[in-house]
Amino acid sequence: MDFPVFHLDLLGNRGLIATIAILHVLINHGLAVGMMPLVAAMEWYGNKKQDPRWDRLAYKILFFCFLITTTVGALTGVGIWLSVSLVNPYSIGSLIRVFFWAWFTEWLVFITEVCLILAYTLTWKKWSARGPEWKARHIKLGFALAFFSWVTMAIIVAILGFMMDPGNWLTDHSFWTGVLNPLYIPQLAFRTPLAAAMAGIISMFLILFFTGKQDAFRLEALRAVGVWTLVFAPFVLLAGWWYYTSVPEAMKDNLAVSLATMQFAEWQNKFLQIAVVTVITILLVVQVAIARPNLLPKVALVVPFVAILWMTGHFERVREFIRKPYVIGQYMYANGLRVGDYALLQRDGVLAYATYSNPLTPAEQAGLPAGLSGEQRDALLERIQKGKDVFMDTCSRCHTGHGMNSITGHLKRMFGDRPWTPELTAGYIEGMHYAQPFMPPFPGNAQELQWLGAYLEHLQNNTAPIPGAQTAGVIVNGDAAPRTATTDIRKETAAR
Amino acid sequence: MTEIPVPRDIPLPLPAPEPVLIAVLVIFFLMHIVFVNFMIGGALLTLHYELRGLKEKRYDKLAYAIASTITANKSIAVVLGIGPLLAINTIYTVYFYTANALTGAFWISIIPLVIAAFVLTYIHKYLWHQMDRVKWLHIAIAIVVCLLFLFIPLIFLTNINLMLFPEKWGTTQGFFSALALPNVFPRYAHFILACPAMTGLLMVWLFRRRSAQEIEETGFARVELMRKGYQWAFWPTSAQFLVGPLAMLTLPQVETNLHAVWAVFGIAILVSLGMAHLMFAETRRPAETIGKSFLPICALMLVVVSLMGVGRHLYREAAVTPHRELVRAKTQDYMRKVEEANRAVATKAPAEKTQ
Ligand code: HEC
Repeated sequence: MDFPVFHLDLLGNRGLIATIAILHVLINHGLAVGMMPLVAAMEWYGNKKQDPRWDRLAYKILFFCFLITTTVGALTGVGIWLSVSLVNPYSIGSLIRVFFWAWFTEWLVFITEVCLILAYTLTWKKWSARGPEWKARHIKLGFALAFFSWVTMAIIVAILGFMMDPGNWLTDHSFWTGVLNPLYIPQLAFRTPLAAAMAGIISMFLILFFTGKQDAFRLEALRAVGVWTLVFAPFVLLAGWWYYTSVPEAMKDNLAVSLATMQFAEWQNKFLQIAVVTVITILLVVQVAIARPNLLPKVALVVPFVAILWMTGHFERVREFIRKPYVIGQYMYANGLRVGDYALLQRDGVLAYATYSNPLTPAEQAGLPAGLSGEQRDALLERIQKGKDVFMDTCSRCHTGHGMNSITGHLKRMFGDRPWTPELTAGYIEGMHYAQPFMPPFPGNAQELQWLGAYLEHLQNNTAPIPGAQTAGVIVNGDAAPRTATTDIRKETAAR
Repeated sequence: MTEIPVPRDIPLPLPAPEPVLIAVLVIFFLMHIVFVNFMIGGALLTLHYELRGLKEKRYDKLAYAIASTITANKSIAVVLGIGPLLAINTIYTVYFYTANALTGAFWISIIPLVIAAFVLTYIHKYLWHQMDRVKWLHIAIAIVVCLLFLFIPLIFLTNINLMLFPEKWGTTQGFFSALALPNVFPRYAHFILACPAMTGLLMVWLFRRRSAQEIEETGFARVELMRKGYQWAFWPTSAQFLVGPLAMLTLPQVETNLHAVWAVFGIAILVSLGMAHLMFAETRRPAETIGKSFLPICALMLVVVSLMGVGRHLYREAAVTPHRELVRAKTQDYMRKVEEANRAVATKAPAEKTQ
């Protein structure tokens, strides 16, 4: 509408964000939040026992984390921003306006974290060589780093929590009511031990690389880190349960729709199964690591790791359940339109307020019915063009044309090879928010529903990928605006 | 004919008074850019000296010394970029997001490109000695790093430039067409030249404070190293007296007058003259007195960089202000319509709302 529509027709826009975000969460939890306390603890333990093998191992693990977090970790963090601002500028733009100071603080903490990890890694050898006093100082630095990594996460979780459940923010628009939403503490409580357990599994994996097969220390290290992991595992379960039972309260508005309830129940069952499988695999593998460390092959550690990932991934999906169809609960739908805009848009149409139009490429114009006169063809193309604009403005944030979660895939499943005429599709789309609680209500008017129908019908015969503004550009809609504000607009604005 | 788009802004108030946001944007952006300069200049100088090191071993050591600075600088550069990004998102919401979307494929490719550049930088630094026997490969890595570091700023610059010109949005089709807008390349050249210059000063700072023993190990005398730093600072800075005005004169005309912008850049040129003079003097100084003007040079550089930041901001404001008023008016008008439509719905069918 107000911004040119960036669109990826194969991967899907949400696919882009998800790929970057999953990678980031993985690195952040597993290699920073959970790992830094573990590394600091190893260094502390090695110093206490005066056993340099612990020190060497801790340094190797830290160095590995340093390499990954300061490259892929840091950049995927920025990447979440960049991708969200491409895909849904309305949501990130709104969130930044509400949460500017939270993000600003988070940024300061993040700067501290980066400086600490640089200092901690780069001074390790120098300070250790300078004697016990400096070693003690270095260990403190490690724990400070661990603390700051955790604080960064704590702030981010507040922002995520807000997006799921804006609580009272809607009525008093204040920052703190947004932050202190009901899911905050349970979520933080869940992520903290999860990060620690993930770090445990990852470092067991790394230990197998960094120590020799015959090395007696390998067994000792595996055992100790196994105990670390076991200590945190029950907390993952406990806090997971807590979070999980807080969710229905948070999504009570969504549960009013029976279908959502059904889907949620399905999600819950699946979550329980995955959680049980995960915990069992962790327990098994860690048991082996502790009792018979020399029997432990590297691949065995991949299993609990994948299980944890699976569980986290499934767990993260709960956000969608609570949030859908909103991107900011009760305030903005995932299509980027504010709930409050609907009355106007459903009356006048979405296109009446769209700044841009998304030009059809020549490839997209192929596949029109044969035997049309030039005039009919133009008229049809115009309808298709308008329908495409409606699609881009109201569906394309979640659906592609022919890629992931594609609209043609859904229509094919629903209507098969029958012609997808507007008569067939418009009725469904009008009530789509009842049929699929994931979806917001259709924001346009009746005329636009027909145009969208014409476009969907066209898509049945045209499989060209839908380009985004990043390749096809945009057409600027209607009423030419002068470059300079005319004096009366200025006066008018001043008078207000 | 294409029309000038007037989108609506996000209808939420700014999170802080505008001057505060502007301060965050301008100040932290400059800090960010200085570290980016160190990072890119560091990569370029490393490659330069490593190539010379093929003939004369001690240059290889010098290259290694410079390469060692990149890893920390690059982390700081990235993290310092986030604050300004936050601020630009709030102050220039419409402009920034639009430019991003229109160059989207390249914009998002910043992420994998920077990751690749950083990973290669680590490999280059940490495997320096292990790769002695495959020097050609090691140098090839340095070349790739330099190419990446040279390309990435171009993406940023293209965005920042495109965002100023709503009249071009309707005709932009992807990154390359945005690249073709006037002024992109002069500004780019201006930026790239600053990289070796800033890194030259970093070299002086680095070798000024190294212990005698560390200097000894490089195979150069301290004065030689410092002189090299000053030369890197001086020659690109001299070139800036041509490139800078060129970048300034190719700035597209805007409706509002630009006297303040010219004044700021004018002062910056004068201060730079003084600074360049001191740099040149330093390159001629003997071991006893070299470094005498280092702090004044840094102070002047700080002034120049700040003036650049201010001038840049003033120009940006001049370019978007008229359009921003249109956006503001349109947003208000739209919100009035929204309220009116909501009132109409509420009075017509109060029951429907609860569905
Ligand atoms: C908030 C994101 C979102 C938006 C916006 C959205 N959808 Fe959906 N849609 C979904 C999801 C999620 C599904 C379910 C996918 C699944 O179950 O595999 C879905 C499913 C569908 C289906 C299949 C429904 C079924 O019962 O199986 C159709 C048809 C559909 N969407 C059409 C549309 C149209 C047309 C628009 C635009 C007017 C639209 N959607 C907008 C998220 C969205």
